Amino acid sequence: MWTPELKKINQIQFGILSPDEIRKMAVTKIITADTYNEDGTPIEGGLIDRRLGTIEPGQRCKTCGNQVGDCPGHFGMIELARPVIHVGYAKTIIYKLLRSTCRACSRILLDGLSIKKYQRLIEKAAAEDDIKTTSELNKEVVKEARKKSECPHCSQPQFKIKYEKPTSFYEETPEGSVRITPSEIQKRFEGIQTQDLALLGIDANHSRPEWMILSVLPVPPVSVRASITLESGVRSEDDLTHKLVDIIRINQRLRENIEAGAPQLIVEDLWELLQYHVTTFMDNEVAGIPPARHRSGRALRTLTQRLRGKEGRFRGNLSGKRVDFSARTVVSPDPNISINDVGVPEQIAKILTVPERVTEWNIEEMKELVMNGPNPEINEKTGVSKTGSNYIIRPDGKRIDLRFVGDLNNTAEMIDQGFIVERHLRDGDMVLFNRQPSLHRMSIMAHEVRVMPFKTFRLHLCVCTPYNADFDGDEMNLHVPQSEEARAETRVLMRVQEQILSPRYGGPIIGALHDYVSAAFLLTQKKTLISKEDVWQLLLAGNYEGELPLPAVAYPTELWTGKQVFSLLLPPDVNVTTKSRTCRKHEICKGELCEFDSYVYIRAGQLLSGVIDRRAIGADESESVLHVVVKDHGSDRAREFLDSLTQMLLEFLSHEGFSLGYSNVNMPEEAKKRISVLISDQERIANEMIEAYNRGELEPLPGKSLEETLEMRIMSVLAKARDSAGRVANDYMGISNSAVVMASTGAKGTQLNIAQMAACVGQQSIRGERILRGYRKRSLPHFQKNDIGPVARGFVRSNYRIGLSPTEFFFHAQGGREGLVDTAVRTSTSGYLQRRLVNALQDLHVNYDIIVRTTEGDVVQLRYGEDGVDPMKSYHGRPVDIDAIIEEVLSTEED
Amino acid sequence: MAYLTKTQLEALINEREESFPKSIRSDILTKLSGIPKLSKKAVNKILDSVEDAYLRSLVEPGEAIGTVAAQSIGEPGTQMTLKTFHYAGVAELNVTLGLPRLIEILDARKNPASPFMTVYLEDPYSKEKEKAQKVQRMIELSTVESISDDITVDLALMQIKIALNDVLMEDKGINPELIIEKLSKLKKGEVNYVDNEIIIDSKDMTIDDIYKLNEKIRDLKLKGVKGITRVIMSKDQELDEWVLFTAGSNLPDVLSIPGVDPTRIKTNHIQEIRDTLGIEATRQSIIDEATAVLQEQGLDVDIRHIMLVADIMTQDGNLRQIGRHGISGEKESVLARASFEVTVKHLLNSAARGECDKLRGITENVIIGQIIPLGTGTVDLIMWPGYQRNDKNEIDE
Repeated sequence: MWTPELKKINQIQFGILSPDEIRKMAVTKIITADTYNEDGTPIEGGLIDRRLGTIEPGQRCKTCGNQVGDCPGHFGMIELARPVIHVGYAKTIIYKLLRSTCRACSRILLDGLSIKKYQRLIEKAAAEDDIKTTSELNKEVVKEARKKSECPHCSQPQFKIKYEKPTSFYEETPEGSVRITPSEIQKRFEGIQTQDLALLGIDANHSRPEWMILSVLPVPPVSVRASITLESGVRSEDDLTHKLVDIIRINQRLRENIEAGAPQLIVEDLWELLQYHVTTFMDNEVAGIPPARHRSGRALRTLTQRLRGKEGRFRGNLSGKRVDFSARTVVSPDPNISINDVGVPEQIAKILTVPERVTEWNIEEMKELVMNGPNPEINEKTGVSKTGSNYIIRPDGKRIDLRFVGDLNNTAEMIDQGFIVERHLRDGDMVLFNRQPSLHRMSIMAHEVRVMPFKTFRLHLCVCTPYNADFDGDEMNLHVPQSEEARAETRVLMRVQEQILSPRYGGPIIGALHDYVSAAFLLTQKKTLISKEDVWQLLLAGNYEGELPLPAVAYPTELWTGKQVFSLLLPPDVNVTTKSRTCRKHEICKGELCEFDSYVYIRAGQLLSGVIDRRAIGADESESVLHVVVKDHGSDRAREFLDSLTQMLLEFLSHEGFSLGYSNVNMPEEAKKRISVLISDQERIANEMIEAYNRGELEPLPGKSLEETLEMRIMSVLAKARDSAGRVANDYMGISNSAVVMASTGAKGTQLNIAQMAACVGQQSIRGERILRGYRKRSLPHFQKNDIGPVARGFVRSNYRIGLSPTEFFFHAQGGREGLVDTAVRTSTSGYLQRRLVNALQDLHVNYDIIVRTTEGDVVQLRYGEDGVDPMKSYHGRPVDIDAIIEEVLSTEED
Repeated sequence: MAYLTKTQLEALINEREESFPKSIRSDILTKLSGIPKLSKKAVNKILDSVEDAYLRSLVEPGEAIGTVAAQSIGEPGTQMTLKTFHYAGVAELNVTLGLPRLIEILDARKNPASPFMTVYLEDPYSKEKEKAQKVQRMIELSTVESISDDITVDLALMQIKIALNDVLMEDKGINPELIIEKLSKLKKGEVNYVDNEIIIDSKDMTIDDIYKLNEKIRDLKLKGVKGITRVIMSKDQELDEWVLFTAGSNLPDVLSIPGVDPTRIKTNHIQEIRDTLGIEATRQSIIDEATAVLQEQGLDVDIRHIMLVADIMTQDGNLRQIGRHGISGEKESVLARASFEVTVKHLLNSAARGECDKLRGITENVIIGQIIPLGTGTVDLIMWPGYQRNDKNEIDE
């Protein structure tokens, strides 16, 4: 049973293990480099000693008696014949200490007065918990101490210390450079007083400096370096075990040689070798020495490598953990479900489970779930399996796997209060749904499950925007919360409908897109009139329950306007004034009389004028109709609005028909001629400029060279060519043209896309310049050398309808490639920026007093955002929509 | 019904000083001032509604606004262009924009790729072209090289000849006397002015030295401010005054030039602002610069997120970077630092220092598997399932 705060880790103390401590915690000395006997049992005193813990299932640990999962593993130790330096400390702390303490008396090289001064300063900083100042003072101490050439305490002369990568130190005495052995360093460090260490920033209680010289090496438990048994029965040991074998071997040889009284030289060589092995055991990527390698030539992955980097222990296992109760598959669209829903394949629903406790109120239901078992029969009504269950957990904690239960009916009768049934996922369960990269919090939202046939996750099209998903093969993940708290938080905080408003800019991020926008436009156009039967049909799709308003046209047949139908779905008291995307931004707005029907005016839930397009209901549009609905009527009503609206629009569009084809971008002969002339004109102007340049008549712009000036002017002329060609094309396309509808309503595409299809693709560029790489002095062998005319430098005068000439095609591909490279580079740089930002800011939160503090308690802002307003709850950044309030109050005041 | 006068309206709004911030109050005032015939009752009703809406828009305690801010700035980063150069205001100057510029701001770089200043002028200078030009000449850095056609070394005579360019000299307002004066100060031989050429005689020099001198003379500052390579004058149509744009930035030196309006001068070099104007100006400048970058890319990011980033960058009075050498590197927790970058170094050092991780941050608690102190985790509430109330009236025990 879950108990609140059963264990709580309060703090973690860091320190260095002393040799005594290492000996105390070791369960055994490791003395032999061999691992297994001939019969395959681990050797006692070897690296796989049974007392170090167990990794084989079923076996009990010889130290603690636990089995695999419960035995934490136990350390062993190796007594080193001669001490060696810990690499991690060599360059930083050992070097620092050697230089700032006396070689004879081990006191810090500062006179009594300075010692007192720094002690006072450091104490003061420590009292204020000012880590930054403390570490700066420590650095200052070192800087001052190492300048001394004579010890102020014992008057012994001090020599310069040289450090050589990775673990050697030399003392430059008058007699020449002398190596300081680890034993010598250890001896010096033992004499350093605790108060002197405090000045250098070392806490002697937790880490004496002599402990940085290892005389005993702890041997990590086997669970840290698990060996793998291959299918062939061959055992493959972990990299750490290999390294430890090396260490033990050399250690043994060193000891034997010392005991035999071998010559100094040999002993020193072996000592050096031992140092190498211990060094690479700690860190196999140290500068200055070759990394230790596996027999195959692969560098060994030793302790440091295990911790470091993205897949290291810290980022890979501790900050990011692997989970159970999750699923992943391809996503596909389903316009018939709610934005809150997610369609889950039946197969997945039968694997993911929710633990449900049996109580007196649900026992009958639970019994049925158990009876249905892991492979329930098909429910005739829904076409998918009934909800079953995979496991039951008895009050004593024993799990029963229902796959292996003979008679499910019997088992079902067995369950009672206090049992837990792990039942299959079923309709209405709350699950988390996620698409990577998870760039913002809307990348993980809570959905309601709908179990469906087939094998993909189904989602509503409107939630594509927050997930940034499309259906070209995207896969998404699903997680099932397992506790009641998790489910409650999930439902209240993370549900899709609670995420309609983005905290980034205070506007809806979930809204209509693509065809929904086109459909809304077509529906709410002035000319759209709908018969009674069709209105019924639409309102049925839109889930509308209520009465029909009076028809806009009564004779000869009753007809309703699209605006009327749209209004029926709006909450009855919405007031919005906005402008649609087709607004031409006239000096004086004619308001409701706008000839483009761009003035969107909604009063009391009636769309009185204006056409509905992306500006009004689209995703990523603030201060829109949708925004007002969410803000004033809450997320429930907004979800309802979006669900019914999208379904109705879809119904409308599938009857209305909407397609884009060749004919939409085809031009009458007259237009084609005009476009051709326009482009030729501009090309001629460009060529004239080149001639002027060749004659030396071109005037440079201030601050630019002649060539740059020419380039700039050619670019602008050719850009003008495309723009004017595009405008001509546009003139010949009416508003009834599908391409124009999509571009002007914001459903998909831009005017530029239309121009490129119908008129002229335009100049291709690389790094903002015309294309110039390729061959010597020309872009392609099709052109003369030094030809800098439009065509030779990537101007594409054809359009996509006609198709591109071979050279044009090549230039176009070059420009396209640049775009692809750009995206690839950008994702990595912006990903890193995001990681840094999150890491720097994640500890910030708002307190009950609206003060922003870090979790450490430092104040960052006295009032969040200066006004304490949550951007998500704001009206596009403004705390309150004052205009709307004034209007509302004054209108009620009048009558 | 009695209608309100303007002062009455103002008083009525300011009565609510405690209820909502100044920005909203002034907003209401300007909006209501445009409406004739307001009754006290209506205004009060409006104010009540605004207060209600304001209270509903406040942040909830425990909200992880840090993460939200980071995501709100980081997420649009994926949509930004990588294009480095773009034109700002004046066509002649290149300015870094887009993602690289945003990274530069958050990195608190000491040397931004394209430092840039906008220098507004004080009254007489801003109105007349000639006077503005004078200021321009005082700011733009002129070296010997920039006003000469050619600088040659004559090894036979051991001379350096500088052929002056009249047009350039005129343009920059430099006369030969100034050059001679500056060259003489070097005390590297005799300086003569003959026939629009300046000749430096240095007989007793080695060949090596004369080449070194040649280099030195080329870069010799004649006039202007260090670091500012170009100054462009442009007429601001709206303000109807001359404005200077500089490539390169040197705030302290430009501020000391007469005619420069110290209240309106701008630079995009944030570190320089920190050094000359202090931390509050720095905070504002981070907000302005970051907002400008996002706006130029057409990205909609609430200013509160940017303010939060600026605030944490300037929290301790210094300009701190977003990253390992700044905020993330100065965190109290060892585990938080180790899990960001340079893992092993942090672990080893903390062991030597005998540091203690109090586990107050987010990462630490994720690592040890405890509930994080954020959002719903900020609340300590323990239910006592076994506890039963004895009497209905005895609520507290």
